[in-house]
Amino acid sequence: MKSTKKPTQRLHVDWTRCDGRGLCVELLPDVLRRDPWGYPLARDGSREPAVPVQALRNARAAVGRCPRLALSLLATTPETRGRHSAP
Amino acid sequence: MTTNHVAPPHMPRLLAAQGPALAAHRLRFGDCPKVNAPELISLLDAAGLSGRGGAGFPTGRKIAAVSGRDPVVVGNGAEGEPLSRKDAVLLTTAPHLVLDGLELAAGAVDADKVYLYVPTHLVPDVTRALDERRASGLDRFKVTVVEAPNTFVAGEESALIRRIEGGPALPRDRTVVTAISGVRGRPTLVNNVETLAHIALIARFGPHWFRSVGGGNNPGSMLVTLSDATAKQNVVEVPAGTPVADLIPRPEVVRAALLGGYHGTWVRASALDGTGVSGVGIVHTLRIDECGLARTAEIADYLAAQSARQCGPCTTGLPRLAELLGKLAYERAQNTDVREIRRLVGLVEGRGACRHPDGTARMIRSALETFSADIERHRHRSCEAAEVSAV
Amino acid sequence: MTDEALWAVGRGTGITALAFLTISVALGIATRSGRPLQALPRFAVADVHRFAALAATLLVALHITLLFLDPYAQLRLVDFVVPFLGAYRPLWQGLGTLAVDLLVVIIISSLLRQRLGLRAFRVVHWLTYALWPVALAHALGNGTDAYRGWFLAFAGCCALTVAAALVWRLRPNFAEYADARLSGRA
Repeated sequence: MKSTKKPTQRLHVDWTRCDGRGLCVELLPDVLRRDPWGYPLARDGSREPAVPVQALRNARAAVGRCPRLALSLLATTPETRGRHSAP
Repeated sequence: MTTNHVAPPHMPRLLAAQGPALAAHRLRFGDCPKVNAPELISLLDAAGLSGRGGAGFPTGRKIAAVSGRDPVVVGNGAEGEPLSRKDAVLLTTAPHLVLDGLELAAGAVDADKVYLYVPTHLVPDVTRALDERRASGLDRFKVTVVEAPNTFVAGEESALIRRIEGGPALPRDRTVVTAISGVRGRPTLVNNVETLAHIALIARFGPHWFRSVGGGNNPGSMLVTLSDATAKQNVVEVPAGTPVADLIPRPEVVRAALLGGYHGTWVRASALDGTGVSGVGIVHTLRIDECGLARTAEIADYLAAQSARQCGPCTTGLPRLAELLGKLAYERAQNTDVREIRRLVGLVEGRGACRHPDGTARMIRSALETFSADIERHRHRSCEAAEVSAV
Repeated sequence: MTDEALWAVGRGTGITALAFLTISVALGIATRSGRPLQALPRFAVADVHRFAALAATLLVALHITLLFLDPYAQLRLVDFVVPFLGAYRPLWQGLGTLAVDLLVVIIISSLLRQRLGLRAFRVVHWLTYALWPVALAHALGNGTDAYRGWFLAFAGCCALTVAAALVWRLRPNFAEYADARLSGRA
């Protein structure tokens, strides 16, 4: 039986909207913590932290509850995200 | 590809232009050949041309990545970096090379709209060049000139897109690459004007000619802006990968150089022999009687003020960084201050809609390393620069 | 007897709706601070804020339905949409209609905020600062119990709650991280 590799869900923060209200950090304590100014900080140090499967439900709750609509979940495989470092 | 009857220039190349007029351009470089998309991409791949705007992405691949309906092509001449003047020089002395490249790129992606994004003071020069082309029937595409404001982030890709759409020249959050969704959601190709000029020459003289100067994985020529503490800035064209030390007129009076502009890296004079100029061609030298920490604090102040102030970590972190660097340079800093600077640098990196905080962090980290001995001196109320009598 | 019951429950749902609206406004302000409230973590503050608003909406729907069915109130369908056309106390009842209009717009825009986008959602949501006083004025002016002691005490509590929340809102240390962001210390 072929196992289909599901793309990882990553949490994307629109920094132009984020006001560091902290709801997401409460709902995803294993993925995020807060910086000294209240903004969410990815525990794995990446720009878009991967959300483990067991935290997906909470991640969707965080996306829906963020008062600034700053969060989104993006499904990515290493191939689909052609991110080049822009100046 | 039509062969030109004009001899390919050896060095200089972009700066071999005899003047901005169309007639002078045609005399020196010949007519722009017609190259179709697959041909152009294979020429650029063979040449190994990479972007001259800072990111250094392979140009052939970038053009090939544009896919979808009604693509948009933009030539980026905004040059918000105060230490860089090469795009301005190019647009005033060889605008037709840039416009040839823009046309070739537009043709390769079958562009629906073409824009040239330049600061206000260069609008007359590019408009004149565009008028000349229109009068000679050389314009295949209508090029719309869009004014870029005189800010540091105006040339950032998402800020450029926003400005072209009619909004402010401020970065925007992105979840999809520009090649797929850019100006008004259309596939968009953004190239620095110097890159476009190189495309124009590669189309004429071929990849072997392009690679006849420069290094193996950094071929061709590049424009470099040389500056120091005075207001004077000099733009030269050199083979890519040239040791930075070769570009400095009096290396014995140089303490360090900032390579790559305000988002670049401080490198000690002793290391400049082994550092080849690449990436963004900007070399800013610090004399031995000038204080590196003071210069860094000055730059950090500027970068903090130039933040778009849209994202929390950047808005909060950069001014605090500037404050602490000022303390490092002009007062007695504590160990805790240096530690806080390192923490701040880690906190602002990667946490914004654009790379302004990342570039600032890079520059500051390199300053902490390059001027580490001076940090100690300053804490004991002395300074490396003050210990040297002016030459 | 049924008429009196209708009238009583009709008024009762209105009064309870006002209570939930008051809670929603206060918690909406609390959400803006980014602070948790006693036992309520931040995401729960947002949740209860939403719940109270939806409860208020349901109660308002009951309120106007029951009053529509009550012959004493003399309400026509148009009175639920266009204010100030009513036969009974047109001004105060009109405020009620206005409140319903505002509530509908606010609730729909809130439920669809992901699709509306942040800017449009925020602009409409500011109308809550108009909705609450209009609802209170309607209750005081239109309500048959307006002169009863218990009702005045209740209205007073609502007013005090919102006033306290507003005073809190205007304080410099209202937002949890206001000071931290000012200094930028890390």
